Amino acid sequence: MTFVSQFLKQARVMTSDLRHRRIIRTALGNYEIVRDKRKAAFQNWQSARQLAAETKWEAVNHLDQYLEELVAKLEARGTKVHWASNSAQAREIILQIVTEKKARSVIKSKTMTSEEIHLNDALEHAGLNVVESDLGEFIVQLRHETPYHIVFPSMHLTRDEISELFQRELGSAATNDPEELTMIARDALRKKYITADIGITGANFAIAETGMISITENEGNARLTAALPKTVISLLGIEKILPKLDDLALFLPMLATMGAGQALTAYNTMYGGPRQPGETDGPEEWHVVLLDNHRTELLADAEQRDALQCIRCGACLNVCPIFRNVGGHAYGTTYSGPIGSVITPHLRGLHDWKHLSNASSLCGACTETCPVKIDLHHHLLQNRRNAAQEKPSASEQTTYKLFAFAANRPKLWNFGRKVARLFQPLQKPVKGTALDPAKAWTQTRDLPPLAKESFKDWWKKRK
Amino acid sequence: MTEREKILARVRQALKTPAPLPGSHGKIHLPAAEQVRTSTAKQWLPFVGESFDERLALFAKNAAELKADFQLFNSADEMRAALTRLSETEKWQRVAGHSGGLTDAICATLGLPLLRTDRPYDVNDLESCDVGISECDALIAQTSSVLVTNRSAGGRALSVLPPHHVVLARREQLIADLPSAFELLKQKYAANYPSMISFITGPSRTGDIERILVLGAHGPKKLTILCF
Ligand code: SF4
Repeated sequence: MTFVSQFLKQARVMTSDLRHRRIIRTALGNYEIVRDKRKAAFQNWQSARQLAAETKWEAVNHLDQYLEELVAKLEARGTKVHWASNSAQAREIILQIVTEKKARSVIKSKTMTSEEIHLNDALEHAGLNVVESDLGEFIVQLRHETPYHIVFPSMHLTRDEISELFQRELGSAATNDPEELTMIARDALRKKYITADIGITGANFAIAETGMISITENEGNARLTAALPKTVISLLGIEKILPKLDDLALFLPMLATMGAGQALTAYNTMYGGPRQPGETDGPEEWHVVLLDNHRTELLADAEQRDALQCIRCGACLNVCPIFRNVGGHAYGTTYSGPIGSVITPHLRGLHDWKHLSNASSLCGACTETCPVKIDLHHHLLQNRRNAAQEKPSASEQTTYKLFAFAANRPKLWNFGRKVARLFQPLQKPVKGTALDPAKAWTQTRDLPPLAKESFKDWWKKRK
Repeated sequence: MTEREKILARVRQALKTPAPLPGSHGKIHLPAAEQVRTSTAKQWLPFVGESFDERLALFAKNAAELKADFQLFNSADEMRAALTRLSETEKWQRVAGHSGGLTDAICATLGLPLLRTDRPYDVNDLESCDVGISECDALIAQTSSVLVTNRSAGGRALSVLPPHHVVLARREQLIADLPSAFELLKQKYAANYPSMISFITGPSRTGDIERILVLGAHGPKKLTILCF
């Protein structure tokens, strides 16, 4: 099955799944209330957005300088920096570290970049025990699923489903109390932090000025992952750069506001190296893996370069009518929602993924909400244009040629209109079936009857 | 060519084409060398009053929303008494802490076995402690955050592994907002930053089950901030 037919099939199933839609609507309804409250607390939210956009623009448009500054500062404090052009290289680098350390178990804190490179599969294949420590990630890992949402990985599940899952996989007692369920996960993971040989984290920001990785989280699992194992590996895309440490004064509250409607996420932590002389805990070795994986191709597209400013807050997913109806898994991508539809064609090929840019109402809600002002819905249009330019579709071209031919000949047009009106009743019995020429439209909608009188006729009569 | 050189070469090649300025919808281009930032964060972030009392009130209000326990005292003695009471009500058996101007005297009066994390320690011991007691670099009114570093607060794990984190602070450590926090970090550490800096905002939490708030996901279930 092609990616597009898979998407269409999934989307059809999900949009008619009323239970799923209800779960998502409730979760996101609450999100909207707290997010708006936090936005209102800013002295000027729109100015803050503009500044955030300018700051990330500055970072992305001087990426070479800032990457060099970051790496020099990291290395000066004993961090080992690795560069990976693609996901295979990134996996190899990490596998090599793991093998060198003779590691057997890995604890991970949330990182979408590792989903992007399919790291868990590679590690498990190499015989390692891999555990996700973020509660949502832990849940979807137990279900052998990918995260549903870049910020809320398990938002599609009810407490009853999670309870059943824990009973089955962890042998825990039956309870559907969120607090008790959280404590089951807490207890299951406690010892793993202490016994894991390797910790793997992602990053929300990489600070060029001071050579630091900044990690934002609510649970404390990333703090533990970066404190207890002897070796820690942080995997991040090259676009995570921020120029200055104090840029975080803006980005941390903005990420929290848009991500989950918080003033600040519970733990915002900046790491500047492995354990330094005189420090009593923290990893002996710290590796940072910088991943390109087609980001430089997106960078080369000046028109859409701003998509690299994304701070993965998830806000555009939350407001997107498509995401809210088809859900995160239908996309079949690591990054879903508007930002996923924009960047996936760059990361994984325009022709396989251009359909995502068509799955949009172009309402612009994403562009309006994005804290770093990415022109999301314009980029969806540009993807459509680029796809049509690169590989025009013969049937589309013929259709438009025929349309132009008829539309330019008023008599023919008028005749066609009348004939079509005569034949329209014949469509009724076959509506939405394979025999219906307008099937794609009429399966879920009505085709309005053609007007008795055309505008032109009406205009003539009016005079 | 190494992978590093290859990636940097691709980046440089890509950046030869200038990109439109943010917010201009593809209309305004600028040579990359120009400064694009037109403001500073402080003026847009949530408002914080000038006086100490305003900041204190804001910190207390935010802390209550976050379900952190914030208590203000008139003297170090009062604070010490409160900690002893807390220790008794929660029936602490073992405490963890680090050496410091505030912690030394106060931990000593608890009369409980103390694990010091500013010396080499066994993490299993820390895991079995009922509470981690630490100092901090600052309290931030804007968000009710506690700013710690591994240098000021007994390492990386003390403030996050035990189920209860108690922070001891002085009034003058209460600062207004996030920009001042980064200013403070710069003044204090710029020559040699600690390898971990953390803004702790409320106890550990999760909303991963039906977006319902649960405290104590992996880190402390309780955060107590005592200040005099
Ligand atoms: S595109 Fe904007 S709104 Fe969407 S995740 Fe990225 S930063 Fe957030």
